[in-house]
Amino acid sequence: MAMIEAVDLTKDYGPKRAVDGLSFTVKPGIVTGFLGPNGSGKSTTMRLILGLDAPTKGDVTVNGKHYRDHAAPLHEVGALLEAKSVHTGRSARNHLLALAQTHGISKQRVDDLIDLVGLHDVAKQRAGKFSLGMGQRLGIATALLGDPSTVMLDEPVNGLDPEGIQWIRNFLKRLASEGRTVFVSSHLMSEMALTADHLIVIGRGKLIADADVQEFIRGASKNAVLVRSPQATELHAALVGDGVTVREVEPGAFEVVGLTAPQIGDLAAEQGLRLHELTPQQASLEEAFMQLTREDQEYRAALEEVTAA
Amino acid sequence: MTVAAIPRLEHVGRVTQMRVVVSEWTKLRSVRSTKWTLGIATLLLIGLPCLVAAIVASHWNSMSPSEQANHDPMNTIGAGVGAGQLAIAVLGVLVITAEYSTGMIRASFTAVPKRLPVLWAKIGVFGAVTLALSVPALLIAFAGTQAILHAQSTLQVSFTDPGIARTVLGMALYLPLIGIFALAIGAIVRNTAAGISAFVAIFFVVPPLLLLLPSSWRDPIEPYLPNNAAQAIGTFHNDSHTLNPGPGLVVFLGYLVLVVGIAAFLMRRRDT
Repeated sequence: MAMIEAVDLTKDYGPKRAVDGLSFTVKPGIVTGFLGPNGSGKSTTMRLILGLDAPTKGDVTVNGKHYRDHAAPLHEVGALLEAKSVHTGRSARNHLLALAQTHGISKQRVDDLIDLVGLHDVAKQRAGKFSLGMGQRLGIATALLGDPSTVMLDEPVNGLDPEGIQWIRNFLKRLASEGRTVFVSSHLMSEMALTADHLIVIGRGKLIADADVQEFIRGASKNAVLVRSPQATELHAALVGDGVTVREVEPGAFEVVGLTAPQIGDLAAEQGLRLHELTPQQASLEEAFMQLTREDQEYRAALEEVTAA
Repeated sequence: MTVAAIPRLEHVGRVTQMRVVVSEWTKLRSVRSTKWTLGIATLLLIGLPCLVAAIVASHWNSMSPSEQANHDPMNTIGAGVGAGQLAIAVLGVLVITAEYSTGMIRASFTAVPKRLPVLWAKIGVFGAVTLALSVPALLIAFAGTQAILHAQSTLQVSFTDPGIARTVLGMALYLPLIGIFALAIGAIVRNTAAGISAFVAIFFVVPPLLLLLPSSWRDPIEPYLPNNAAQAIGTFHNDSHTLNPGPGLVVFLGYLVLVVGIAAFLMRRRDT
């Protein structure tokens, strides 16, 4: 069963359409990356999932029900929203305690989670004094209160220092290794390449791709093969033919499109040519993403932002 | 650097109204604005009556007989209510608007996505806490002023005299009720400054405007204004221009049902 299921999900804010007919499912037990440029509707989609905003059209359910209809919502989804959701004047511990009490969750669990995220020493300080990294840790402790089967995080590494980013990555791995469903948004392709198994890509509120990360890359691969040979001129002549393009990338090395690596190897053997390298080329996630959205002219400017980092 | 195993939850509890009440109690007691506003309210509710009583006691012999005869000890007891209500109303507004201004409301509504249990719990906890403060404060004001005025035999009243207990407790009840009114307004406007302004407008700006109208217009309207209906709950002597405590309470409860109803309707429907 899908953990999160959106059908034709649409949200207008005044004349602006933030989410536009989005249909997708977030599958259980894996990390699903939710990728798109800033302002593409990722945060809105997450608010719709939690029922914080109501959809203009369409529907989204969590474990088969609307989020608000669950008896213990924090046990279904633990969420870390991008926007701060903490009273600045309340201590971290009291913040967690107040939310825990809505589900009858014990003080002991609150303290355990404070220790887990490393906020023990500052638990009694006002949350308004927290750094961004500490705020994210508090947000993650909040998300884990109800021991949720699904954890949803909106841009969890945004603005964090390298140590904080590393901590979040390890943390996502831990969640996935425990069999939890993880739905994590980012505007950074490189971040998704490191953490996600599956990708849902949106732009301007619309679905662009919904695929396994490997499949996503394969679908966009050029099927090129890198060949290196000390007999470059002879090899070039032997390879060129119908439907085959050979491009010299550096002296003695070609990128061949139109032949597979075994075909090139056999061809070279028949001609008695020596090969020093024969490598099938895979597109990077960035390249795949660029290729996928190349046709969308409107989308170009936003893309640069995605791939820049 | 690895992350430790996330502790499992042995027993998963469902959201209940009582649990949300406990949560709201934690929220209310864990912010400084609660201590400040309630501290100021207590100071005003006890301090002002005692101050007034002390001044009256020391000037009693220089007051004219008619001035002495017109002096109402019940007014002295309630001397802090007018100022104290502002502190209570500010807290009422903040209880809800601080959640919107800080973004806490998103966390609250994620934990309790049905939302209305949060509003009921806020009203219940805030009402209970302010009542638990106002009743003892007014009883202390009563005992304190009576003790200070012990030499003025005409100003001595007994708690068991007809209407006295009702008036003192009526004044105590007035405070949580107008506080809940302010809370509901805060829930409607979702902004601290706008909430306090709206409360002040309804209770302090609109009533004097009415004085500009001819009495043929003013007289039938005036007793039914929210501020006057609410004040009638804690009034000892009722003249023809004000409601009796019972009807005053009923009219003000009508206003409360209206504003709380609007707040609930909007809270359920609006995006957060």
